[in-house]
Amino acid sequence: MRRYSAFAIAREAARYHSGWERAWASPEPKSEYDVIIVGAGGHGLATAYYLGKNFGITNVAIIEKGWLGGGNTGRNTTIIRSNYLQDPSAAIYEKARSLYETMSQDLNYNVMFSPRGVMMLAQTEHEIRGYQRTAHANALQGVATEFIGPEKVKELCPIIELKGPRYPVLGALWQPRGGTARHDAVAWGYARACSDMGMHIIQKCEVTGVHQDNGTVTGVETTKGRIGCKKLGMVVAGNASALAGMAGFRLPLESVALQALVSEPIKPCMDVVVMANTVHGYLSQSDKGEMVIGGGTDGFNNYTQRGSFHHIEETVRALVETFPMISRLKMLRQWGGIVDVTGDRSPIIGTTPLGNTFINCGWGTGGFKAIPGSGWAFAETIAKGTPGELAAPFGMDRFIEGRFIDESVAAGVAH
Amino acid sequence: MLILTCPNCGIAADETELSAGGEAHLTRFGAGSSDADFEGYLFMRKNTRGVHFERWRHSYGCGKWFHAARCTTTLEVFGTYPAQTTEPPAELIEKIKQKRPEFEGFSK
Repeated sequence: MRRYSAFAIAREAARYHSGWERAWASPEPKSEYDVIIVGAGGHGLATAYYLGKNFGITNVAIIEKGWLGGGNTGRNTTIIRSNYLQDPSAAIYEKARSLYETMSQDLNYNVMFSPRGVMMLAQTEHEIRGYQRTAHANALQGVATEFIGPEKVKELCPIIELKGPRYPVLGALWQPRGGTARHDAVAWGYARACSDMGMHIIQKCEVTGVHQDNGTVTGVETTKGRIGCKKLGMVVAGNASALAGMAGFRLPLESVALQALVSEPIKPCMDVVVMANTVHGYLSQSDKGEMVIGGGTDGFNNYTQRGSFHHIEETVRALVETFPMISRLKMLRQWGGIVDVTGDRSPIIGTTPLGNTFINCGWGTGGFKAIPGSGWAFAETIAKGTPGELAAPFGMDRFIEGRFIDESVAAGVAH
Repeated sequence: MLILTCPNCGIAADETELSAGGEAHLTRFGAGSSDADFEGYLFMRKNTRGVHFERWRHSYGCGKWFHAARCTTTLEVFGTYPAQTTEPPAELIEKIKQKRPEFEGFSK
């Protein structure tokens, strides 16, 4: 792999950009690999990357039914934060956030991580108490957050309306090193690094069955034929239940549509990320100038990657209340992704009833921010055969034991 | 917008009038059941990609619960039926099979 650098740009500029190589190869599948990862989104590619980097396992295929990063990795609002209440969540999300800090250097690929700061508005007395509690918990967990008052909110984000018609802004939970990153670049950067280690990224190859022998996985059936493997990692987000069904087990998941939308590009007007959970709307401004808006989920099971219009209406109404200056912005694009939601709104990482088969799913509405941490923890789980410290609390067995990581109560909304 | 006909009051209700209630025809396990059965009842779901039987409540209408058969990959609604049953009516299963030959019928 030729490294990207200022010198490479100068070199290519001098020869009409004829020397850039493809970022990753697209080989035909081999008959067998040590590890197959199903799903070439951020989480799957990160898993493969850390399998190679941390454990030296490079005989790996990453199989994708669509195109690389075309699922939720390319459909989110790119927010990165780690201000969670529960210890296991704070640990894995903070691991992810800290890996984002150095990801561009690590991958030699500019993922445009921008630690511009994330604030979660407190708009009720209950939220003030909740976020103050989270700030104290974060202090103990080593996550840098603080609870700030309305004056500081206005100073950090001048376009905000503190005295909205329904809910005034009473304060906010502020994480100064949270922010955003270029979501596609995260997938592309990992893919390039994986391909460089000799891993095979196989796109447009749908898994149609899972082969097993005596309760242990032996390979997968795909639209490009049978591919054998010693270990299998399932990282397919919204389609996790369908893939698990092929392997013969059920998951505590429901798949629903989550929507987002962006406005026409405007001049820079806000340099932080704002989340308003009571009225339910997220807003940030992309480097292109678009206002990026995160909406809510539909209540019903859905695999169509499109959501209901009335949810957009609710979200936009909430944001116009909070940011009156956006009221005459035109919306450019709207899209949906299928997110897999667990009972406690926390992910599942761990072993499955099928031998040598591992699963990483249930990231629900908050997966993008977790990509590097999730890949790190899941690679360890696959390499060692049992979860390490980061992943251990997220095993599926927590549902039978009642040992929940209850972020649904902690966040009050999708997160 | 999703439109379901409420079998209780007969109104063709918009999605905004309704609340989704999740997978239908779950067998309820309570006190005295095994841990695995209780976990299955509370958390494990088919999460079907295709024909899905589910519960809905006509919350901004008559307020009553009912069932619907719907495709989760196309949002096509095959029909609705009353909540007072433990499995979908046979004629609805037949109707779905005619539209979807690959559909194998309802199973728990």
